[in-house]
Parts: sequence; C-alpha cells; structure tokens
Amino acid sequence: MRLRPNLVIGGTLLGFVLAVAAAALVWTPHDPVRTNLRRRLRPPSAEYWLGTDEFGRDVLSRLMTGAVTSVTVAAATVVVALLLGLAIGLAGGYLRGWVDRVLGALNDTLLAFPGILLALGLLAVMGPSRWGIVLALGLAYAPTVARVVRGTVLSIREREFVEASRALGNSEAYTLLRHVVPHTVAPVTVLATSLFGWVILSESALNFLGLGVPPPAATWGNMLASARPFMLEAPMLSIAPGAMIAACLLGANLLGDALRDILDPRDGA
Amino acid sequence: MSAAVLRVEALSVAAGAQRVVNGLSFALAPGEALALVGESGSGKSASARAVIRLLPPGLRQVAGRILLGEEDLAAASARRLRQLRGPGIGMVFQEPMTSLNPAHTVGAQIEEGLALHTRLTRAQRRDACVAMLERVGIAGAATRLAAFPHEFSGGMRQRIMLASVMLLRPRLLIADEPTTALDTLTQAEVLDLMKALAREQGSALLLITHDLGLVARYADRALVMQAGRTVEEGPAAQLLARPSADYTRALVAALPRRGPARPPRPPAPPLIEARDLLVTFPGRGAWLRRAPPVEAVRGVSLAIQPGEVVALVGGSGSGKTTFGRALLRLAPIAGGTLRFRGAEVTRLSGSALLPFRLACQVVFQDPYGSLDPRMRVRDIVAEPLRLPAGLPPRQRIARAEAMLEEVGLGGIGDRFPHALSGGQRQRVAIARALVRDPALVVADEAVSALDATVRKQVLALLADLQRRRGFACLFITHDLGVVEEIADRVLVMHQGRMVEEGERDAVLDRPRHDYTRALLAAAPRPPRLAPLVGN
Repeated sequence: MRLRPNLVIGGTLLGFVLAVAAAALVWTPHDPVRTNLRRRLRPPSAEYWLGTDEFGRDVLSRLMTGAVTSVTVAAATVVVALLLGLAIGLAGGYLRGWVDRVLGALNDTLLAFPGILLALGLLAVMGPSRWGIVLALGLAYAPTVARVVRGTVLSIREREFVEASRALGNSEAYTLLRHVVPHTVAPVTVLATSLFGWVILSESALNFLGLGVPPPAATWGNMLASARPFMLEAPMLSIAPGAMIAACLLGANLLGDALRDILDPRDGA
Repeated sequence: MSAAVLRVEALSVAAGAQRVVNGLSFALAPGEALALVGESGSGKSASARAVIRLLPPGLRQVAGRILLGEEDLAAASARRLRQLRGPGIGMVFQEPMTSLNPAHTVGAQIEEGLALHTRLTRAQRRDACVAMLERVGIAGAATRLAAFPHEFSGGMRQRIMLASVMLLRPRLLIADEPTTALDTLTQAEVLDLMKALAREQGSALLLITHDLGLVARYADRALVMQAGRTVEEGPAAQLLARPSADYTRALVAALPRRGPARPPRPPAPPLIEARDLLVTFPGRGAWLRRAPPVEAVRGVSLAIQPGEVVALVGGSGSGKTTFGRALLRLAPIAGGTLRFRGAEVTRLSGSALLPFRLACQVVFQDPYGSLDPRMRVRDIVAEPLRLPAGLPPRQRIARAEAMLEEVGLGGIGDRFPHALSGGQRQRVAIARALVRDPALVVADEAVSALDATVRKQVLALLADLQRRRGFACLFITHDLGVVEEIADRVLVMHQGRMVEEGERDAVLDRPRHDYTRALLAAAPRPPRLAPLVGN
C-alpha cells in the first residue's frame, strides 16, 4: 500500500503529543509548580531547556504536565460528545417521527450557538474546574456528532438489508445494533479524531480566559495567558505552548483526513 | 460503404493495461438501426462512449478510428467535437431520473441545444420545442415547458430527453440502455417512439442493450459483444433464429421459454390468504392542509396454497411491490385481513408475530442493497438461524455453509458482499431466505437486475430449490418472461387493483383484461422463438 503522507505526519504529530503526556506522568525535569523568583524569565539553557517563566518555574515541565491535562480533558470531552451525540443521532435517525423532530430542534438550537460561547456560559454558571470543561465542551460538540450519526442512520435505515433483518424476525433493537450502528463507526471515528483537535483548541481558549483548570496547575491555555506580557522579553514562553496546540490541531486534522480515506468502503475493494 | 454515417475501425479502449474494447469494427448506414448487445462488462457502453468522445475517466482509446462521415473523431479538436455533439451525434442515457438537471425547467433543457447550434429566434425555438414535445406525446406541451423534471414519470422524462436530442436532427442517435430503468409497457412505448423518430429524421440508431429480446423488434442488424470482442454480427432476425457463435446461442437460450405446466394441485387450505388488503401512504399535503392518503393497494385479495408458485405482474406504480411487502407485514396494512395457516396475523406485533416471521421470507430486487456490506457472506446466511433461539453458533455456521453449497457458492463464506458479482449476491440473498426452511418466500423482482444468462441460472436455481423444498413462492415481477418460466398461476395488478387472475397458460394465451393484453404485446419477445414455446 502507498504510504499516505497525511497518515504519517498526522500520526507523528499526535503521537508526539501523547508521548510527551505519557512521559510527564512518570518524570518531569523539574517540579512544574515550584517557583523560584531569583531565576525568573531565564532563556533556554542546559538546565532549563525551554527557559523559565515569570515565577521562575521550568517551562518544559509545565508544558509536559499541561499535555497531560489537555489530552485527558480532550479525550474525556470527545467521549462525552460521542456518547451524547450517538444517543441523540441514533434515536432521531432510527425512530423518526416526533422524537426526531424534538431532538432535531434541540440539536439545531445548540448548533446555532458557537460552541465556545456555549461552553463559556456553562462554565460561568458551574465555576471553573477540569470536569466542568469536559461537560461544557462535551455538550457543545455533541450536536455535531448527532448530526453526522443521524444522517448516516437515515440513509442506512432505508437500505433493503435493514428491511431484510426485520423480515427475519429480528427485533428493532437487534437490527439497530447489528445492521445500523456498525455503519456509523467509520464517519464517527473520523469525526472523533478531528474533534480531538478542536477540543484541545477550545480547552486552551477557555484556560486562556481563566475559565478552566484552576492555577497553579499548568495548562497550555493559562501558560499562553501568563506569557502574554512577556512576549518580547521571553518569546519561548508563548512559542512553546502555541506550538503544542498547533501540533495537536494539525495532527488531528491530518489524521482525520487520512482515516476518512482509509475507512471509505469504496476504497477498500 | 462510403455513404456510411458512422464507421468504427478496429477500435480498442483500455482501462489501465486491460482492454475493455478490443478491435471493434462496424459501420452504420443512414437510417439503419444497429444493436450492440452484450452483458455487463462486455464493453458495449465503453464503445458507445468512445464514439461520442465521452469516455469516463480512466478509460482511453488506444487504437482504431471512428469516422463520422469522413471525419475522424479521434483527431477532432474539442471545439469541433462540441459542434458535432448535438447535430452530428445525439445521445440518450440510461438513467432518466438523473440525466435531466432537476434545477432547470424541461423547456430550458430542451431549448439549450437549439440555442447552441442554430440561429433560430427565441420564438422560433419555443415553437420547435412545443412541436417536438407534442410529437413525443407529452400532453399540453405548451404549458409543460415550464415544468421541472421531478413532475414527470421516468418514461415521460425519457421522452423529454429524446425530444431534446431529436430536435437537433442528429445524423447518429446513440441510445445507451435507454429503457432498462423502465417497466415493460413504458419501455415499448419509448422504444417505438425512438424508432419512429429516427426513421422520420433519417438518423442512424446505435442501440446499446443487454436484452436480446429487444433486438428483433428495434434493430436491423445486431452485433454481439463479449469481454470487449465482437462475437458475432449479422441481420438481427437471422442472428436470433440461427446464431452461429456459442456465446450467442447461450444468449438466445437464456431468453425466457415457457416451462411445462405442472399438474393442478388438489384443493388445500391456503397457506396465506389476504382479503381486501388496503395499503395507504400519507399524502403530501400543502402547507397547512393534510392531503388525503394515497391508496397504493386498493382492496386486493389473494390466496396461495402450500408449494404453489404465483407470479404477481404489473408495471411500475401498480402497487405490486407494496402488496408483497404488506403480505409480509413489512408495510402497514390499513384495511382488510391477512390470514396465515388459518390464523389472523393482520395486527400482530412483537413476539406474537414471530412464528409468522419465521415462516415467511423475502428476496429483494437489488442484490447490492439487500446484503449488509459489513458482514461476511457466511454470517449473512447464518443470521436467520439466530431465531428461534436454541441452535448453537457452530451449528448455525455449519448450516449456513451447507446452504451456500446448495446455491452453488461453496467455499466463499469468508468473503464480503462487495467481492461478489450481482448473480452471486442474489444467490446469497436466496440462501439467506431459505436457510430457515420457510413455508413462503416472496421474491420481489429478484432477477430483474441480473444479466440474461445469469438470470436464467438464478431462475433455474430458484425453481429447482422450490421443487426440492416445496415452499410456496410469490414472484413479483414486471417481466413476463420470468412468469413464463416458473409460475403456476399469474395475477396482474394495475393501479392498485387486481385486474386478472388465473392459471399461467390461460392468462398468457387468453388474456381477458385490456391491461394484460397491452403488457403481453409490449413484452420484448422475439417472434421467431414462438414456435419453440411449449416444448
């Protein structure tokens, strides 16, 4: 098989981020939260590879623990969005009728909101916390999943093999699980991969605004926020987290593209 | 031969390294009708597309010349080709549902060619369009110009397509399977019209078809293709009556012939009995009003005895498919009663309906849509054995393998449907329907989507399985050929009602209803085969 550049580059970028997060679980060069005001805003050196921030904390260590936060929050958010979206999409697409109408109206209302605005509102009510972000962003992105699932289900349920399953005497639940749900796996996988990138971006934005994981815990978003006043003196403070966010987003999008090509049944003959 | 409209010399078309058309040569005189006959993959469509220089991406002409008059089309510039398409070569496509643009009125689409290729004024163009639409039998042509394609039926759309092509009086008309998507009656109407128009305007006709039955009626000469090569060429009548190549003989043999009538069965209580069955669909209302429901099946009664093969015949829109689905409780029944083995099943649901579901099975028309593309063939055939519960998975697989063996597909259980041909897929669908030993099988156009020779094989398989297993079968079809081959009894449906019912030979030989007579007259049966019937 021809090597897909999308797959290779996307996989490498996301793999790098995951590897950084995994490494941070067992080891960081310095304590990411210990301050040392005598060594603030140091440029990169042998001891501090990416320099220190305005409180003298090691940027690399903070970047690594920030990766853990971002990856876990993004993964949990994607799971929440998928569960919600699948439930809504399957129910609406398969049952049709008034169920579909009510769910569809709700879904469209949510879709009409910019996701980040919805999350902002929810977090303002719930107060900043890690799981608050997961819930808020999960709710914000569920409608996108629901729409993709519903569309797929709508087209699959009209296919003759679904009717054939009914004619065999299979129950509706079995028909749905055995013959309809598997067909949503491919589009949902592709979507979930891209979602991962979007969620990292949104999560960073919320943290940037101070509506996320409370300090002193490091996140890429709050690192960027606190680096803003020192952009000229210590550019590495903003470049490092910015590059990580960019890597996630680019990696997730490229991987999503590659998966779409691979999972397309027209290609798999 | 210098007067030939079209001369194709040693044409070869390739897809990558594979030759799809290999050394095809033929000539077409003015006003002559030539049929290119072949099954899927024979290269007949690729040849037609090469002539009008519209080969799909991936296909290219690698050798040969295509001469329209004295002009080599392969050497013509894109600009010259655009001038030639229309007045030089017109083409009617297979799919009337998609070959008209749904976003434009039919008037605009018919007029398009005139605006492009003639210097007529707007008013003159309009008059020409109206006259042509009337000629192709669209009533109220002047007002229908502003209508959109979706307001017309498939047959009407094909007439409109024909009108837009013939308006430019092409020297050559190419028709690529123009009526495959239409039912028998509409097919005959459209083809008769096409033949008449071509004759009036002196256009040569190149008819691409897989149906040898059409050849005798609509072509002067025929050219049989197989795997890109010419198998045989000659006058149509002679080719059908005395085919010289083995492949042509196989094609002719695959034309439907009437099988011997089975002895009448002793009267028995019916297996399934529908009385005054009514099926309605919600009407499409205006914005606020709810329209009255559309009656698809209007009070049809039917009884099928155990082991009997009944054919249900009708054109598209006759309600035959809906009736078949209602009989299986797959379409909602709005009125009437349905009894199975004497017990009423009209309103049962859930587990109460299960014994009925276990005893009745269905084979759908489309072998591409009726199998779950994400399941292996073995699992597809084993799935019905999940119910009634009790059979361990290993035995289910064993029975599925045995059933696959029985339909002639031993050893392919590991494959996915997309790795099978249309005929093989339909065998899988048959295996799935029979693996649970049903008492009744409804086959909805089960062989319509298949090539003639494959259709013959699948029909023979079904007839053989039916004899051995003794299930009753309702065969829903628009194809009277299928009826001749396997039915004991024939029912004819028209506009949601049963218009005729009787023993096969009686209905086919002495039809009583006008609609049945029209159907029989439209059936593309080569007349010379008639004496063979009944042997």
